[in-house]
Amino acid sequence: MSNGLTNSAMRAFGLQHDAWGRLVLIDAEGERHVGVEPVRAFPISDPQHWISIVDSDGRELVSIETLDQLPTATRKVLEEDLVRREFVPVIVRIERVSSGSDPSEWHVTTDRGATRFLVKSEEDIRRLGPSRVLIIDDHGVRYSIPDVGRLDAASRRLLERYL
Amino acid sequence: MNPGTPTIPSASIPILWRETVLAFLEPGEEIVAWLETDLDQQMRYGRGLVLLTDRRLAASPSAPAAEGNSADPDWQTWPVADVADLTIREDGAVGTLELFGIASRLAFWRFTAAKATHAHRLAVRFNDLRRASQIEPDEDLQATGETVCPSCGAVLPADDPTCVACTPTVESHSTLSLLRLWRFARPLKGIVTLGFLLMVLSTATGLIAPYFSAPLIDEQLMPRQQVGRPIDWQVVNFYLAMMAGAAIVACLLGWAKTYILAWVSERIAADMRNETYAHLQTLSLEFFGGKRTGDLMSRIGNDTDRICIFLSVNLLEFGTDVLMLLFTAAILFWMNPWLALVTLLPLPLIAWLISAVRGRLLRGFQQGGRAMARVTSVLADTIPGVRVVKAFAQENREIERFRRANDHVLAANDRVNRIWSFFGPVVELLTALGLLVIWAGGAYLVGLDPEQLSVGTLVLFTGYIGRFYTRLESMSRMLAATQRAAASSQRVFEILDRVPSVPEPVMPIHPKHVRGEIELRHVGFQYGTRKIVDGVNLKIRPGEMIGLVGPSGAGKSTLVNLVCRFYDVTEGSIRVDGIDIRSYPVGEFREHIGLVLQEPFLFYGTIAENIAYGKPDATRQEIIAAARAARAHDFILRLPDGYDSLVGERGQSLSGGERQRISIARALLIDPRILILDEATSAVDTETELEIQEALDNLIQGRTTIAIAHRLSTLRKADRLVVMERGRIVEVGPHRELLQRPAGAYSRLHQAQLELAQA
Repeated sequence: MSNGLTNSAMRAFGLQHDAWGRLVLIDAEGERHVGVEPVRAFPISDPQHWISIVDSDGRELVSIETLDQLPTATRKVLEEDLVRREFVPVIVRIERVSSGSDPSEWHVTTDRGATRFLVKSEEDIRRLGPSRVLIIDDHGVRYSIPDVGRLDAASRRLLERYL
Repeated sequence: MNPGTPTIPSASIPILWRETVLAFLEPGEEIVAWLETDLDQQMRYGRGLVLLTDRRLAASPSAPAAEGNSADPDWQTWPVADVADLTIREDGAVGTLELFGIASRLAFWRFTAAKATHAHRLAVRFNDLRRASQIEPDEDLQATGETVCPSCGAVLPADDPTCVACTPTVESHSTLSLLRLWRFARPLKGIVTLGFLLMVLSTATGLIAPYFSAPLIDEQLMPRQQVGRPIDWQVVNFYLAMMAGAAIVACLLGWAKTYILAWVSERIAADMRNETYAHLQTLSLEFFGGKRTGDLMSRIGNDTDRICIFLSVNLLEFGTDVLMLLFTAAILFWMNPWLALVTLLPLPLIAWLISAVRGRLLRGFQQGGRAMARVTSVLADTIPGVRVVKAFAQENREIERFRRANDHVLAANDRVNRIWSFFGPVVELLTALGLLVIWAGGAYLVGLDPEQLSVGTLVLFTGYIGRFYTRLESMSRMLAATQRAAASSQRVFEILDRVPSVPEPVMPIHPKHVRGEIELRHVGFQYGTRKIVDGVNLKIRPGEMIGLVGPSGAGKSTLVNLVCRFYDVTEGSIRVDGIDIRSYPVGEFREHIGLVLQEPFLFYGTIAENIAYGKPDATRQEIIAAARAARAHDFILRLPDGYDSLVGERGQSLSGGERQRISIARALLIDPRILILDEATSAVDTETELEIQEALDNLIQGRTTIAIAHRLSTLRKADRLVVMERGRIVEVGPHRELLQRPAGAYSRLHQAQLELAQA
């Protein structure tokens, strides 16, 4: 970048889980950082790129532009950890939505089973691109609908009231 | 004469004075400026003229007689060389122009605020003239080919020959402003014509059905009853089929016309909204400064919508009604002119009655609307201020305030309902009376000569006239709708008619590689009668950081707004890389400026979108790099959606410091050569300030920076500090140097802050 802000190229580091299941990062100087966390910088618009590893204080230790850069072993550890942390049920069918005033109550079937949740306001139903929808419930849990077109007609009708 | 002094043509003098002035001037003498005063020395209204020529200052205390020059005013004159100073003193709405000699005040003239611009111009020109006679002419004033405002003599930018001070506010008649809507309808001419054609057809077919009732009665029903002639079913069926067919055709045509005209009006409204908003974006901050946000929003939203409804519903109804009245009247006269005359005679009276009642009703509705607006304003006042209300335990008082406002609504609506409930029955009564007139007239005519009027015709008349009265009622409703729509379109055109006061250059110079050298030459800026910036001279080297300090109201923010070209200077010039910034296209010039404000504004959208606001095509890498440099990356990662988190008014709530760092990242990303920091750290606490300071230090590297700050500590990196007071620069120099002047303005500021910090 022209204004000299680029971080130096990603330096070598290692990742492993310790005996307590914590993620440990060994940086280029060989220092061990215990209890680090992988974070996606663009979890919605570009989840596969720009993954940061931050320490327990939230300070960034490493930034990874793409997982392809990583050695296979490290990559596997990282991906495992990301999957373990991420809980974004995919809605496959909307059974019922309490209409009327906010908050609305949603009864849905997801890829992880049936559930119900409350949505505080319409602002929490975000349209991402032409067919992707993300719903955030009152506890901050995210539910994803990757393609509205693939929902059945009844679910789509229920959803369309909010889009 | 001195070549450095611009002169203005005598034609610029108001007509009242022109002849007198021409008679007064010596051969070869040129007018430099003039001021028409509007108060005499005792501050009573009265006109006088102060004239500045290239030789002398002259004044005429009284206006010349309107015609002829029998009583030529006496001119008092002072040679320029004899004058020590010409100054303006302003006390509220009244200004005084004072002329000082070496030893005493020579004269003074008074004027109201309306003349202040002219007075300042006269004083400035006078001082230019004196300077020009002593030193070399200023190159800025030598500019050739200047355009001069014909009414006030102000020098205008060559590309915008309208004078802001003199342009009269356009006061078009309100209803006429509706005609200006044609401008938006013109592209849809064909469809509009089709719509009106359909309207004529559908109205005409709507009148066919009752028309067949007359022959049906006269030729079939009456003979059957009275002379027992059998009914010819074939004819009857034909009439019935015609009636049904006409009704169906009228329905289809009505549907087509309504749809087409609604389609057109929706497009007109949409075009209007787009054009108004686009125009709004070209207007300078000066315009937005004088308007409330809500007002502008309602102009673009509600007013255009109201116009749309007017065009699609009211105007359509009105057109149909007028056609209906004309067609009906024609049919009636054709059927029976005498009865038609009797029927139509009371119509004007009835129309007047209806519109009178409606007028009262409308006033009542307006009262109700105003009362409701008061309720809304109580809400708008107390809901955002609810913390203050609770802190001072004033809930009950606010409830009482709301109740009182609400009582007004109740009273106003009660009044309206009294008239409203009366209105419907009145229309019914009038309709009954109208029918009565027909029956009476009809009975009389039939009695007079049964041949002249058949029963069928009489029935036909009553059928038509019923429609007539309901139409009259809707037409009077139309009057009110027209007025409302006219007011709306006037409000919209008020925006569209506004000429941008930061004009684009006619012969633009495109900035390629900006080095970032800024030079302010005799910069002055006047807002209304107030001089906010006056005679500022400053040269800033590329990459230099300037700290701008001084008490609030010293003109610091105005000065940076001038550099950003949010306003244009009223005097002097601002040059970047040696070229007047008015020569650059506004948008291209601003691409080189990064701005960080005291109140960072985040748009509704993701953090990534907000950072990339000035460069929408930025890569994710660039966005992250900018956020890192702005010390924003870490806290962004902590948000549940990272860079995809929604912020802005309805989004994730961020602290002041976090918002500020996002706005710094935004400025960093466009990599500007010139950076303006307007109180960038004053809204955050000291700890956050340190982090922001780090972010700012990254930001200012290698850029020409002008930073305004109240806390002098934030300006420790500044190469030079500029102290402003009352619109003027009082001190310039590095921190240490300025501190060495014990009585200096900067030393005093510094001392005051130290004491505050220790206290």
